[in-house]
Amino acid sequence: MVEKGHSHGDNAKYYSLRAEAIQELLIEKGICSMDDILTMADQIDSRSPEDGAKVLAHAWVDSEYKARLLADAETALMELGYDLPETAPKLTVLENTDDVHNMAVCTLCSCYPRAIIGRPPAWYKGLAYRSRVVVDPRGVLKEFGTELDESIEVRVIDSSADFRYLILPKRPAGTEEMSEEELAKLITQESMIGVGLAVSPEQTKSI
Amino acid sequence: MPKVHDRGGWPNEDPIDHSEHEMEEWERKVDALNGVLGERGLKTSDQLRRAIESMDLETYESLAYYEKWTAAMEMLLVEQGIMTTDEIDAKMKTLEQGKK
Repeated sequence: MVEKGHSHGDNAKYYSLRAEAIQELLIEKGICSMDDILTMADQIDSRSPEDGAKVLAHAWVDSEYKARLLADAETALMELGYDLPETAPKLTVLENTDDVHNMAVCTLCSCYPRAIIGRPPAWYKGLAYRSRVVVDPRGVLKEFGTELDESIEVRVIDSSADFRYLILPKRPAGTEEMSEEELAKLITQESMIGVGLAVSPEQTKSI
Repeated sequence: MPKVHDRGGWPNEDPIDHSEHEMEEWERKVDALNGVLGERGLKTSDQLRRAIESMDLETYESLAYYEKWTAAMEMLLVEQGIMTTDEIDAKMKTLEQGKK
């Protein structure tokens, strides 16, 4: 089966025009302006995995902050200046430990902690990930180059329109001397979804 | 039998496709419009998903991500009486002629 994530061809031509028509009608009817749409687009663009990495690196260095983040992510994010929109679904941060590895999916669609780390990667929205990860999480992890010890329990967390999850990856060994800023660079988008691990300092040297 | 969107555990042997593509400007606007409509109380994520779920299998699998969103938003706006399909068709025609 050929899956279409990216828009192209006749469908794209039709739907891009249809979307434009819908926007124009909304503007004519006074429901919103083009400026509202573009401002929102800029606002969405402004969130990226770096924002999440900054927060999670802070949790690595400050255990009290980490406890607050795990207990009530939205309030803890506010401490760092991230005021999530009122319409944003509830966000929960789950910690990966020596015993438990969490990974997030949205089997129904593409729900993702967009309010803090931006738009999801294409594979996250794709049918292969959504179908397979709940059946064979370790197999999927391997495709991301992530191999976990058999003793670690893997938990696949299904997101929804109302609940989103951000994964706090395990802090790699040998990072005790690193600054918060350096640590944030180890936290990748994949590690915040749980399909990857935080980059180890050795890996950064070899890059 | 689960509905078209309910993909957990569906038979699928495709490898994960890691490729990314640059978002087109119209996709970026659709993405933003979804947020604007949310702010205006004209849709929730659940409603958008429900509209996407109501597609038949062929449509669901043949449309790209933001194409589905466009179709779903149209469904919700028409349902709420904010605009009609005829209005959208007419506007589309005008836009098309303007581009020729």
